[in-house]
Amino acid sequence: MAVSRAKLWVFTAALAPLGLLLWAAATGGLTANPIEDITHRTGDWALRFLLLALAVTPIRKFTGWGWVADYRRMLGLFAFFYATLHFSTYLVLDFFFDFTLIFDDIVERRYVTAGFAGFVMLVPLAITSTRGMIRRLGGARWRQLHRLAYLAAIAGVVHYLWLVKIDIRPPLVYAVVLAVLLGSRIWFNYARRPARREVATPRVGADVG
Amino acid sequence: MLIRQAPDIRSSEITPEHLYRNRRQFIKATSGAALGAVSGASILGQYDGTVSAQQDIPDLVKSPFSTDEELNSFEDITTYNNFYEFGLDKGDPARYAHEMSIDPWSVRVEGEMNRPAGDVPIEDLLGPHTLEERIYRLRCVEAWSMVVPWVGFPLGDLIKRFEPTSKAKYVRFETLYRPDEMRGQRGPSLEWPYVEGLRMDEAMHPLTILAVGVYGKTLLNQQGAPLRLVVPWKYGFKSIKSIVKIQFVEDQPRNSWNVAIPNEYGFYSNVNSEVDHPRWSQASERRIGSFFRMRTQMFNGYADQVASLYEGMDLAENY
Repeated sequence: MAVSRAKLWVFTAALAPLGLLLWAAATGGLTANPIEDITHRTGDWALRFLLLALAVTPIRKFTGWGWVADYRRMLGLFAFFYATLHFSTYLVLDFFFDFTLIFDDIVERRYVTAGFAGFVMLVPLAITSTRGMIRRLGGARWRQLHRLAYLAAIAGVVHYLWLVKIDIRPPLVYAVVLAVLLGSRIWFNYARRPARREVATPRVGADVG
Repeated sequence: MLIRQAPDIRSSEITPEHLYRNRRQFIKATSGAALGAVSGASILGQYDGTVSAQQDIPDLVKSPFSTDEELNSFEDITTYNNFYEFGLDKGDPARYAHEMSIDPWSVRVEGEMNRPAGDVPIEDLLGPHTLEERIYRLRCVEAWSMVVPWVGFPLGDLIKRFEPTSKAKYVRFETLYRPDEMRGQRGPSLEWPYVEGLRMDEAMHPLTILAVGVYGKTLLNQQGAPLRLVVPWKYGFKSIKSIVKIQFVEDQPRNSWNVAIPNEYGFYSNVNSEVDHPRWSQASERRIGSFFRMRTQMFNGYADQVASLYEGMDLAENY
């Protein structure tokens, strides 16, 4: 299947944060605490891509641009990609498989619990992101399952909110964006239902990501 | 600033800085390699213009209180700072602290003392004191740590000069408040000026010092120049920077972090691996520059010297 040029561009752009991170690592730009810096960067981008993926459907509905739907899966998979890097950084670089500390952390630290829950929720979404899985599950069930993405995003924002020391403005920005996206979904489901009930089957794009 | 010193141990006896730097570059390079990137590039020179403000402090006296652990590099100590007066990012103090002018500098000393209250120019404040090198562990409440070769003198020696009365139960400190030079004081953050305090016996403890330098040179602004507190068995935020006021008071002062989030930051804030921060564990820490986490020691490893100060106290209650 041919991959459109536009899609290649988006794919490349989505890898830019990783490229910048590697560049910073190579040039000593990761601060005196590189592991913390890597953790923050990958966590930020996981959340950003998750919100971007969640923004696709509302944008399509408001603007009528059908083509944006082609990017939803790629954006979602990039969210999973950066979330995996984020979690791996925690597991390997930060705690180096010290499971006594890690178990303690996940169970007792509510911000770690929230973040871990959000990551776990993304796993089935990534697994069922292929065309074959959509077919096997059926559109309705697949859509139901993929509403987990909202829950994962809430977990991600809460994870961020609970870990900041004093300045909650950065996580609040994410919270506001997420609230708008959730709000628009509710608005489409209820306010506009009598006029036109739209059944959006997941659009299947090229297999990238 | 005029700094007098007592000649005792020559600076040539102290390991030169560049040796530590080499070690740090090796660690930086290998941590880069772990990411799939190989480099020995240094971050030296990223913050040019700030180092030139430093003066050498020669002939420092060594201290038996110093640790022989490996030092953190000068770059680490001066580019990774929490000094919210200049912003919330660890790099902000190194970026913006040069906007603060520290010359002239005086410290207001007042309160329950026999000497008259007054604004003491820093030269007079430091004058009689012999400067020592004190290599201490520094443990941040955020669970990272460093080893810093401070230059300073015991706070207790200074306190005695002002003859506090029996009513002086605590010492209260304030940081400079100057929003036009300290950009972090212009946005939402902590309440300013930054306030910290110690119980009198903590303040008089020989481990507690006022620092004026690191690595044999005067402090950079981002480290709390020209005068800061260092209390090595307490979390870093207790060690207040750029001090302009020292008060002897009867009642326990409210320190800034305690005012901001009372259930998370107490007055004592002793490093305690058994009492967690409500939101994160204090059981382990990352020593800046090393790959493996290490277990945090009780009182940051100074239990032998300071545990007796807190005998009979419930440290979970008095966090």
